[in-house]
Amino acid sequence: MAVIKVENISKHFGQLKAVDQLSFEVEAGQVFGFLGQNGSGKSTTIRMLLSLIHPSSGSIELFGKSIQKNRAAILEQVGAIIERPDLYPYLSATEHLQLFAKVRKQKVEANRITKTLEQVGLAQRAQDKVQTFSLGMKQRLGIAIALVHNPSLIILDEPTNGLDPQGIADIRALIKHLSHEEGKTVFVSSHLLSEIEQVANQILIIHQGKKMVEGMTKELLDPEKRVVQIKTMDDKQALAILLSGSFGQYILPREEGIFLKLPAHTIPLLNESLIKSGVAVMGIETKNSLEDYFLQITSNA
Amino acid sequence: MWSLIQIELYKIFRRPRTYIAFGAVAALIVVIQLGLKIDGDAYANFLMKDINDTLTVDGKVLNGYLICYILLQLLLVHVPLLVALIAADMISGEANLGTLRLLFSTPYSRTHWVLAKFIAASIYTILLLIWLAFLALFVSMWIFGTDDLFLMKSNYVVLIEQNDVLWRYVGAFVFASFSLLTVTSLGFLMSSMSNNSIGPIVGTMSAIVFFTILSTLNIPLFNLVKPYLFTTHMNNWKEFFDIKVNINNEAIRGSILNIPKIKTSLWVLTMHIILFVTASVIIIKKKDILS
Repeated sequence: MAVIKVENISKHFGQLKAVDQLSFEVEAGQVFGFLGQNGSGKSTTIRMLLSLIHPSSGSIELFGKSIQKNRAAILEQVGAIIERPDLYPYLSATEHLQLFAKVRKQKVEANRITKTLEQVGLAQRAQDKVQTFSLGMKQRLGIAIALVHNPSLIILDEPTNGLDPQGIADIRALIKHLSHEEGKTVFVSSHLLSEIEQVANQILIIHQGKKMVEGMTKELLDPEKRVVQIKTMDDKQALAILLSGSFGQYILPREEGIFLKLPAHTIPLLNESLIKSGVAVMGIETKNSLEDYFLQITSNA
Repeated sequence: MWSLIQIELYKIFRRPRTYIAFGAVAALIVVIQLGLKIDGDAYANFLMKDINDTLTVDGKVLNGYLICYILLQLLLVHVPLLVALIAADMISGEANLGTLRLLFSTPYSRTHWVLAKFIAASIYTILLLIWLAFLALFVSMWIFGTDDLFLMKSNYVVLIEQNDVLWRYVGAFVFASFSLLTVTSLGFLMSSMSNNSIGPIVGTMSAIVFFTILSTLNIPLFNLVKPYLFTTHMNNWKEFFDIKVNINNEAIRGSILNIPKIKTSLWVLTMHIILFVTASVIIIKKKDILS
């Protein structure tokens, strides 16, 4: 079952298209990596998932229900941190969790608060005011707020921002624990592929609000496979042929052509298949790894 | 909803800024009380100098009731500014801090949050008024004692028997709560339109000053809109201290000269509160939370 189903959502701020016709699905129990450079539309998308921003068009379903129509019931099962860990400087870590536990319909037990603070490594600073916290500690507390009511879906927007290497490793371990041991669905965004590839089962890369690449992490990062750009006289027909064949898993039509990720040895077969089907192939260009491709996207911006 | 109000109250009273208003009110009242305690007779003589030749007043003119009246006249003009410090920061302060997105991504709707915040700000306002009432009335009664209330209006004097005064203060404070809640709701509306704290606070204060000037100026064009301005009605708590007289020009105990005026003012203020809060809810519901 898809825990998140996004269909053709767009968000315009005046002339600016922050998110453009974005669609994706996240299955239950997955760690879904949402990747893109700063300003690519990640946070806008996450805010739309949480109904903080109204989409200009498209639909969003969480747990099979429209977020617009079932907001309260859906958000009861969601925990999230969005961008910076902004908190109340005059409240302690415990007070924050007590406060956010209180807005849940299901009662959150006091020991759950203690356990959550232990989980994020803040038990020793539980009674300290947030104004004395470092950025990394605030980030940990933000994650604790997202977890305190034991949600099924956890949305973490850049959760490792401001953390030291040990903190980053702890958060990675926590995400893996939440997914593998507790069966949670985790939607985690980052601007660093290296961050995401270590925790996510599935990756989606966006750039300037548009989907660029989507697929299972193992396959996308498989060094045996290549990103191939295909230019034809009729991309629409080519796409239909590729979709009907065994090449179709990672087909991403873009303005510059069609991008595929596939084993290097299948490139001649792909070419042959298109020509046999009557599609005039203008060129097939082999890119390097997904990481190079991502870096290329981000460096072009 | 009660949980949300508790949360908002908790946040209000954990902030040091909240106590500025309580401290400022206490400091002002204590200073004035101290001044009048030390040099009150000279002040009373100054007040009475025009009528001393025609009227002989027995008893204690400068008693707790008169002190409270003087304090209210001075303070109820300025307390709105203190109220604006909190009310105008309720939404925009959270937007500025970045915590608004945390609140609005909880299962409660934005309408719930906005109403809870308004109720919490209103409770703060009422508590500030109760604090003011306690210091201005009860502490003054304790320091200066009680006697009949002697008030000098622009072209007449009012003498209210001491056992006919206390309920008028209750009425005046209830009325003042409507005035201050109007300021709270105005601050709230300003707060819903901004993502920083300073703008709405300054905006609320400016609006009060602007409309007060319009209410005070006696220009025919402004006279048309005056009845609809909240600032025209905010100071009508004084109507509780205008008393009816009988044919012998003797005060009628328990009477108020112009009850319809009080009712009209309460109605205008209530309408403003409803209008400002409704507008705040609509604005927040439509707003994209980008902070």
